[in-house]
Amino acid sequence: MLAYTTRRLLIMIPVLFGMTLIVFSIVHLIPGDPARVILGETATEQAIADLRESMGINRPYFVQYGIYLADLAQGDLGTSLRTNKSITSEIGPRIAATFELTIFAMIFAIIIGINAGIISAWRQNSWFDFSAMIFALVGVSMPVFWLALMEQWIFAQELGWLPSSGRQSSLDPIEPITYFFVLDSILHMDFERTISVLKHLILPSVALGTIPMAIIARMTRSTMLEVMKSDYIRTVRAKGSGQFLVIYKHALRNAMIPVLTVIGLQTGVLLGGAILTETIFSWPGIGRYVYEGINYRDYPVIQSGILVIAFIFVIINLIVDLLYAYIDPRVKY
Amino acid sequence: MSDVILELKDLHTHFFTDGGEVPAVDGVSFKLHKGEVVGIVGESGCGKSVTSLSIMQLVPNPPGKIVRGEINFKDDNLVNFREKRMKQIRGNEIAMIFQEPMTSLNPVYTIGNQLVEAIRMHRKLSKNEARAKAIEMLQLVGIPRSDEVIDEYPHQLSGGMRQRVMIAMAMSCDPEVLIADEPTTALDVTIQAQILDLMRKLNQEQDTAILLITHDLGVVAEMCDRVVVMYSGQVVEEGTVREILKDPKHPYTKGLIRSLPKIHEKEQKLYSIPGTVAKPTMDATGCRFAPRCEFAFDRCFKENPELYQLANERSSRCFLYDNEERGVEEHVQTDSRG
Ligand SMILES: Nc1ncnc2c1ncn2[C@@H]1O[C@H](COP(=O)(O)OP(=O)(O)O)[C@@H](O)[C@H]1O
Ligand code: SF4
Ligand SMILES: [Mg+2]
Repeated sequence: MLAYTTRRLLIMIPVLFGMTLIVFSIVHLIPGDPARVILGETATEQAIADLRESMGINRPYFVQYGIYLADLAQGDLGTSLRTNKSITSEIGPRIAATFELTIFAMIFAIIIGINAGIISAWRQNSWFDFSAMIFALVGVSMPVFWLALMEQWIFAQELGWLPSSGRQSSLDPIEPITYFFVLDSILHMDFERTISVLKHLILPSVALGTIPMAIIARMTRSTMLEVMKSDYIRTVRAKGSGQFLVIYKHALRNAMIPVLTVIGLQTGVLLGGAILTETIFSWPGIGRYVYEGINYRDYPVIQSGILVIAFIFVIINLIVDLLYAYIDPRVKY
Repeated sequence: MSDVILELKDLHTHFFTDGGEVPAVDGVSFKLHKGEVVGIVGESGCGKSVTSLSIMQLVPNPPGKIVRGEINFKDDNLVNFREKRMKQIRGNEIAMIFQEPMTSLNPVYTIGNQLVEAIRMHRKLSKNEARAKAIEMLQLVGIPRSDEVIDEYPHQLSGGMRQRVMIAMAMSCDPEVLIADEPTTALDVTIQAQILDLMRKLNQEQDTAILLITHDLGVVAEMCDRVVVMYSGQVVEEGTVREILKDPKHPYTKGLIRSLPKIHEKEQKLYSIPGTVAKPTMDATGCRFAPRCEFAFDRCFKENPELYQLANERSSRCFLYDNEERGVEEHVQTDSRG
């Protein structure tokens, strides 16, 4: 396992370099004058000259790339053109917000998706199986923004059970520590606030988690059905083990191998691409940060946002690969 | 006889498929005595595996179902057992090993984990005691370095070693009956001989009755006391190994024996029974073997022959052994000698 982990970590080095090179190229290899493109046609000559200076555009590309890497190594993601603040300090809380939402959405998706898949496979062709699979089919084909708006309308506006947007009630903002508000409120020993923060998480988590849940349920069902037919399951039953052990010990662990891939991919998608949901629920996450950057032609923000999202993808891939090795002993060789 | 441990009586196991109802096991009856090795032989698809899975109540359902008959084990009819009581029988009193050693162990758990689970399922032992028992079982089935192998995963072992592990697992709770469904078919010849030796040793030392399923008459000759020959879901002949090999009665058994390779034969080309196994169907009329039978006559295509008792535990499902047709049998006897 150690050798495998080391090998897997070493593979990441060229991947990370490649990523920075691509992200660097996005801005620095724009045809024409990058500073002029970035600032737009109405910019003054002075502003353009200033930007050229601060971007170091007059120097050779590899020198510029070297400077870029050196900055990154120090945790410096550059400065936002719009707010003139350090992107590193702006993006931190955004990442935390997105992570918190993604974690809750995926917990919802995984717990319901896997169990629905298991029961559907176990009771194949039962009414539960049929309704779960119809629900899953609707789930994967439902537009997320529509689901989000419906949720807001029913549960916030009409029933008034849950807050419709934001991470917390705006009247009484939290003193952030980790920027994971559930964790922060617990650290503050303020459990009333924990409840409130959790309530804010419900609607966006369900909106974001529905598609992954449906995909996970379908995948779990089909791999469970496949695994349940295998010879080793017959062996387990032949030695007198009960249904629970057969399903949750022997079948599930094998069925998880392909399901894990889906979970990893979906987590990556949520972390990187939840722009629409984050906008509808006024969730100050990374997706919205990049989206705002695009609106304001804030190239350093776009660049850094993409880099961070790509980095998150790489990390999730790493975690999935390590989990593979943990679940399946054959992977290590 | 009083020492019968397992008796199948008119067992019918059918599959309900899109293509219709398939009587894969169509009225099978036979007995297994204490400490005895009985072989079930027949070509692929004749219902051997479904018969053995029926005994374990492990026929995939749906599509399969035991529709009629009895499986009497000691004083109980297993067909009436609910899953809860069946669990106490499986692996404990009746154990089973399978044809595919490469895929019969769970790839994601260690050998020890899977053995300990089998032991603790039926014996009140602590984890450590069960582990010690597991190592002892691995030694018993001749696995070298058993104290290391116990912590290895199935993919680290060869097919022969995995089949030994399967046998260790099956024998770990001292079952009274071991069902072995083509245990050596997937293994090469030398390994096959070793596994058969091991099974014979277990039969003699532990007095375990073995139901040995195979399509290989060579294995039968080497291992079994008695033989049940199956064709298209039915028993067509039953007798001791000696009787079956030296004096087969049913034309199908005769064909099987003729198709065995013989060492002193000048003829190079092997005999094989013409045609293929008839798939069992619900509306079959006449003898199942008739389309391939060289002795078939009119009646064979109209009526299904019963299993004619020739002596105690000696029978043949063929009209040639119906008293009314005695004349014909003599004709066959001379025919097959000449
Ligand atoms: N899962 C199943 N579904 C439908 N038919 C089956 C199934 N398993 C076995 N059968 C049928 O039962 C018959 C006997 O099969 P089997 O007992 O496996 O033969 P063998 O003697 O080779 O072990 C075959 O004709 C096969 O078509
Ligand atoms: S009953 Fe007729 S067809 Fe069937 S085996 Fe006997 S002779 Fe052949
Ligand atoms: Mg078979």
